[in-house]
Amino acid sequence: MNPTPLKDRAAIVGIGQTEFAKHLEPSEKALACRAIAMALDDAGIAAHEVDAFAAYTMEATDEVEIAKAVGAGDVTFFSRVGFGGGGSCATIGHLAMAIATGQASVGVAWRSRKRGSGPRPWTDTVNQLATPAQWTRPFGLLRPVDEIAVLTRRYMHEYGMTREQLGAVAIACRNRANANPAAIMYERPLTMDDYLSARMISDPLCLFDNCLETDGALAVVMVSAERARDCRGEPVYVHAFGQGLPAQHHGMVNYWNDDPLAGPSWTAAKQLWKHADFGPADVDVAQIYDAFTPLIPLSLEGYGFCGKGEGAAFADDGGLELSGRLPVNTSGGGLSEAYVHGFNLINEGVRQLRGTSTNQVAGASTCLVTAGEAVPTSAVLLRRG
Amino acid sequence: MLKPLVDADGAPYFEYAAKGELRMQTCANCGEVLFPPRPMCPRCQGIEFEWKLMSGRGHVWSFAVPRPPLLPDYAALAPYPVVVVELAEDRRLRLVGNLVAAEGAAIDSVDPATIEIGQPVRAVFQEIEGLFVAAWTPDE
Ligand SMILES: [Zn+2]
Repeated sequence: MNPTPLKDRAAIVGIGQTEFAKHLEPSEKALACRAIAMALDDAGIAAHEVDAFAAYTMEATDEVEIAKAVGAGDVTFFSRVGFGGGGSCATIGHLAMAIATGQASVGVAWRSRKRGSGPRPWTDTVNQLATPAQWTRPFGLLRPVDEIAVLTRRYMHEYGMTREQLGAVAIACRNRANANPAAIMYERPLTMDDYLSARMISDPLCLFDNCLETDGALAVVMVSAERARDCRGEPVYVHAFGQGLPAQHHGMVNYWNDDPLAGPSWTAAKQLWKHADFGPADVDVAQIYDAFTPLIPLSLEGYGFCGKGEGAAFADDGGLELSGRLPVNTSGGGLSEAYVHGFNLINEGVRQLRGTSTNQVAGASTCLVTAGEAVPTSAVLLRRG
Repeated sequence: MLKPLVDADGAPYFEYAAKGELRMQTCANCGEVLFPPRPMCPRCQGIEFEWKLMSGRGHVWSFAVPRPPLLPDYAALAPYPVVVVELAEDRRLRLVGNLVAAEGAAIDSVDPATIEIGQPVRAVFQEIEGLFVAAWTPDE
């Protein structure tokens, strides 16, 4: 048996996205349909050929309504991956598995959100208070940012990370957004002084350590590698895929693991690299889930770009900038392009490998895209054909 | 303020806390101490439990100081510290809680600037809408 049956067997052949804004008028369902239609058009594939859908939880639209509205044919595969932002890349992985095993031939993954103009999930205390939050929320650790702030302060204590290093992460993302007309922070520079003088949201994390609440939708279309050769655009292959839910993991608060600073990315990474023909040193560009700045150093460690405790220093001397050690979040990421639960990172990964990014890394042929660190997570390695 | 949810696994914690005792779920078969409470021992798959009395002593593992936007009751008290305390008995027993100046004091009664990772704390008990939970106070 082929030990890596998924490798390069499926490809992303179409991407689509609506505009991103603090407030968009259309419903989430309408935005999702528009993004999917654009992705199908980009691929040159008719809607009635779609027979697979993959989404992740906290998605307000469902596959029945979406399939009906966009004009999909009979659907033979649908999946919904748990844990919100940790599921973004898993949608790509699940469709790749469905296509590689013959369960489907044309897959669509999508995300539609109105987080800019809609309610914050953490204010839904009825749902939030169920396990695990019953042991944390009543004490005032109310929001994801509070949970990550605890991990961040411990990381600073153990490894000497400074606020300037987190500022460098925020600024690297902002610099990319400044050159991306689709980004909410297009042409809106951020300086270290701005960062250091910003108001605190959950000390030690300030305003600019947090992603942007955004309205918008994105979608991708996937087919087999064989069919991809006949599609309109250049295919981007799914080279490897991993999910990770570590032993004794407990949601955003990883506090009950032996080492809370080794999060789910470590588990997903082991699975990812096991099936890849190359390693972290061969990754040309990375799109790393950045709901909060410290997720980037934590993920750089988890995915093996540096050693434990070295993630913060990785951002020193422009390490995450376009000409740095590893260009990250080249569209601006969740911090400065749009926070659409990480799906914009997938589309940007595809653009990099097509050579069409507004912050193109010259000759990029491999890209890591990750989903939310600190929750059960997922990642894909994308490769140019 | 948000009230903890009481489920079958965690109920004994709140019963003991109401009596001023910090007790942790302990596997009756292998002695593994579990937190948060759950229906099966991850080490031996045992389903019988005892509730072991803890010393109530620990150290601050880390903390955050939330500021608005927050739910209204919390915003009124912000900035307030929330600590994660490692119990003296086992460093993996990390409890999230409030650091207060003394038993019964408000969650904003300790100046966050005075808190240090590693500082010793001890358990006191605080009421949240009829339920008692462990809180923490600086231990000299
Ligand atoms: Zn046991």
